[in-house]
Amino acid sequence: MNLAALDALWVYLSGNPLLSLLATLVAFTLATRINRLAKGSPFAHPVIVAIVLLIGFLLVTGIDYSTYFEGAQFIHFLLGPATVALAIPLFDHRERVRRMLVPIVLACLTGIVTAVSSTLAIGLVLGARHETLLSMAPRSVTSPIAMGIAEQIGGIPSLAAGLVLLTGSVGCALGPWLFRQLRIEDPSVQGFTMGLAAHGFGTAQSFASLGAMAGAFAGLAMGLTGMVTAFILPMVVSLFGL
Amino acid sequence: MPLIMGMSVLLGCQFLGELLSRGLAIPVPGPVLGMVVLLVVLLILGRVPDSLRLAGEGLLRYLTLLFVPAGVGLMVHFELIKADFWVLGITLVLSTAVTLAVTGKVLDRLAKRYAKGVGK
Repeated sequence: MNLAALDALWVYLSGNPLLSLLATLVAFTLATRINRLAKGSPFAHPVIVAIVLLIGFLLVTGIDYSTYFEGAQFIHFLLGPATVALAIPLFDHRERVRRMLVPIVLACLTGIVTAVSSTLAIGLVLGARHETLLSMAPRSVTSPIAMGIAEQIGGIPSLAAGLVLLTGSVGCALGPWLFRQLRIEDPSVQGFTMGLAAHGFGTAQSFASLGAMAGAFAGLAMGLTGMVTAFILPMVVSLFGL
Repeated sequence: MPLIMGMSVLLGCQFLGELLSRGLAIPVPGPVLGMVVLLVVLLILGRVPDSLRLAGEGLLRYLTLLFVPAGVGLMVHFELIKADFWVLGITLVLSTAVTLAVTGKVLDRLAKRYAKGVGK
């Protein structure tokens, strides 16, 4: 095989959806292994590691993001039906949700207002740029919803998605420590809090370390927060005059 | 066939959600309204069909993988992130801590008080 043929082959492959799909799955598998080696440390969260690996891969091979996304969009697309599927754990735990409805709704509203206004306030004080600020606002909401909200209020959807992921891993790192400090012991309360503040990451961690009840409450918090934030956030943003 | 049936239900609900979102100009993303549609259907039906559970729980198990393609999009915003690096970092950590503390404390208090009130 001569070099020219290899060149042509690479040009063909790098522009083909197959390569980015394969790279995404391989990176995620590797990242899961690395996370296991790091003993599940939230700083080596599989998603963060996979993203770092893929960005490295794209920079080294010189493939740009839009070419990569042409392949990866097949995975990205599944976020839509996955969001719809959140109705299933909600339905499964409807009895307990009904019993705790009042505390849940009040805590959810307080949590969302705290999340959005503390983000905007701290960001404003530190002098964040306008579009950064608006992309940060929906950061505690699961990313498909956050991207939709960011687009609506004038932020940058893909930046918002990235910030959502970072928030998730920060939440997983801080959560258990904060709960110990504040003496919050009820697993369903811990789960709900993690789901509200750290969306899918918090939900996954709650399922893994606190059990199914905490996981279900986290899933509930994630879904509820996503829905309610989509309604409330534009109002809070206009209150801040942004 | 069950996987295909379940997937069709999920996509159908998302489709209805998108229709509602665009058609009525509701400021909520289509998939979220799709989730509401599915929840209403399940409440009316009273159970989760096996095919739907298979497809839905399969997707939710790999939820984290689905975030990856969007997350790689961070590379497009290197400049913006570099310019606001400290602001972003400090804001994320501080406000996540505040959110966790406030939500946890509020729900803990309310859940205890509420449980007591019902017990009386």
